[in-house]
Amino acid sequence: MGGPNLRERIEHRFGGRVRDGGLPDGMQTFLVDPDLVVELCQFFKDDPELRFDFLSDICGVDYYPEEDRFEVVYHLYSIAFRWRVRIKCRSGDPPKVPSVVGVWRTANWHEREIYDMYGIVFEDHPDLRRIYMWDEFEGYPMRKDFPVRGYKDAYNPFGDEKTAAAPSDTGGGER
Amino acid sequence: MTNVTVLNEKEQSGRVTQEVLLNLGPQHPSTHGVLRLILEMEGEIVSRVDPFIGYLHRGTEKLAENFTYTQIFPLTDRLDYLCPPSNNLAFALAVEKLLGIEAPERAQYIRVMTVELARISGHLLIVGALPMDLGAMTTLLYTMREREMVMDLMEMICGARMHTSYCRVGGVREDLPEGFPERVREFCRILPKRFADYERLVARNRVFLKRTKGIGVISAEDAIDLGLSGPNLRASGVDWDMRRDNPYEIYDRLDFNVIVRENGDCYDRWICRIDEMRESVRIIEQCMDAMPDGRFMIDMPTVAFPVDKDVLRCSMETHIHHFELSAFGFKVPAGEAYVSIEAPKGELGFYIISDGSEKPYRMKVRAPSFVNLQALMGCATNMNYLADVIAMLGSLDPVIAEVDK
Repeated sequence: MGGPNLRERIEHRFGGRVRDGGLPDGMQTFLVDPDLVVELCQFFKDDPELRFDFLSDICGVDYYPEEDRFEVVYHLYSIAFRWRVRIKCRSGDPPKVPSVVGVWRTANWHEREIYDMYGIVFEDHPDLRRIYMWDEFEGYPMRKDFPVRGYKDAYNPFGDEKTAAAPSDTGGGER
Repeated sequence: MTNVTVLNEKEQSGRVTQEVLLNLGPQHPSTHGVLRLILEMEGEIVSRVDPFIGYLHRGTEKLAENFTYTQIFPLTDRLDYLCPPSNNLAFALAVEKLLGIEAPERAQYIRVMTVELARISGHLLIVGALPMDLGAMTTLLYTMREREMVMDLMEMICGARMHTSYCRVGGVREDLPEGFPERVREFCRILPKRFADYERLVARNRVFLKRTKGIGVISAEDAIDLGLSGPNLRASGVDWDMRRDNPYEIYDRLDFNVIVRENGDCYDRWICRIDEMRESVRIIEQCMDAMPDGRFMIDMPTVAFPVDKDVLRCSMETHIHHFELSAFGFKVPAGEAYVSIEAPKGELGFYIISDGSEKPYRMKVRAPSFVNLQALMGCATNMNYLADVIAMLGSLDPVIAEVDK
């Protein structure tokens, strides 16, 4: 997918700041630091030989006990050239990643969902608020230390008891 | 909502007017599910649409981290409940990619055929529901009659009308029953006449045209930027169909047209779906003509139950594998895979990260309706009145179960 041309162009433009993540499932993957995300995405979209004009998906991942805990994964697709690429961006706790809403408007709700589920704050997002959970909800449900049944409260009688609060869960509601 | 919106007042020819905040609440017959829209309106003209979703959020992705891969199939059923087989297929393909296996040929033909039946089922609903939202209630009852036929076929295959869970990793759960080919060919024979019926009923009706033609126009660049996919994107003139451009299963052997229209208004999105159903009928007929004999499940005891149950009595290893599969599930090598298919609503993708165990480490569902619904927030031209919002919502065809996961 993309082949040597893709890696070469990225290598030429960004040098070592964008690392090659291999082809885990046949899809070329790049690893990048949060401060370069917007520039890389803009390059992927605008470059006439790449033309990744379609943002398929943004996904948040939580590798809980690890140091750089949160990861944001972007899947891009080029309608003209029919190839796909994946960009991964790791961030520590508390996580902050620049928003790519300026590059693709579709990122708006994807990033809201990741904020809601993981608590990853997207800088420069026009409207960062919860999308699935109600506004006053506390905690970030998809994090690995959030229990599957949720915490016990007025709406959830079957939830786990909230013990001495896990540090990553004290947060939530509006930013 | 904890934000307080200050409603603007306007002085207009000596009269002071104020904006109205209208809550098109989660319980509403036109919202295609539990969707809440807050509309800021000046009289009948809508200045801002703010969708609130999450009323049907069931935590599919969180649950998937605690279920084995076979147990996740019923979860995928409930994503887009109008066409469960396509969700099953997308998930099965993603896991098969992680495992590095491929389903046998007969299973692939069966899966493609059930997905196309599901496509017909999903499109039938919106082809009937959009006119109903606009007032023409007859069309919905006609399309429901055809959907009943599809559900009868589903019940013949796997026993369930709606949440089929028919796919398995490595193939399908069981073979097609006897008498099925005749039934499905009869179905394909009847259907084109019914499509002509729907078009005769509504497609040239003056009221319907007035309410959908030229309404909610989305240009091709906007559609791509918004991440629209499926019939919504093709109605705006972008020629992308994953069945033809990124083929999976046996789609590269099938002959079908990709329906592309230029205007990108509500009418085009509606007509696009009727024409797509015609192509789906052709695909089903080709599948039935070309279907080979053979296994319906891959011959890999570590991943799939044996097809011939007698083997259980013969081989000890198979018996052990069968026990382990039922009790614990199969392990998937560590890695990640993103696989997407052309679901009826658009690009349905599953991104699965595996850590080597029998449960996924992370499963992300790229739900097409979630992305399509963003188009409601003021990116379309000529969507002024409240009536236009309803037409736009219907033509985008969101399924709230998929939006909310």
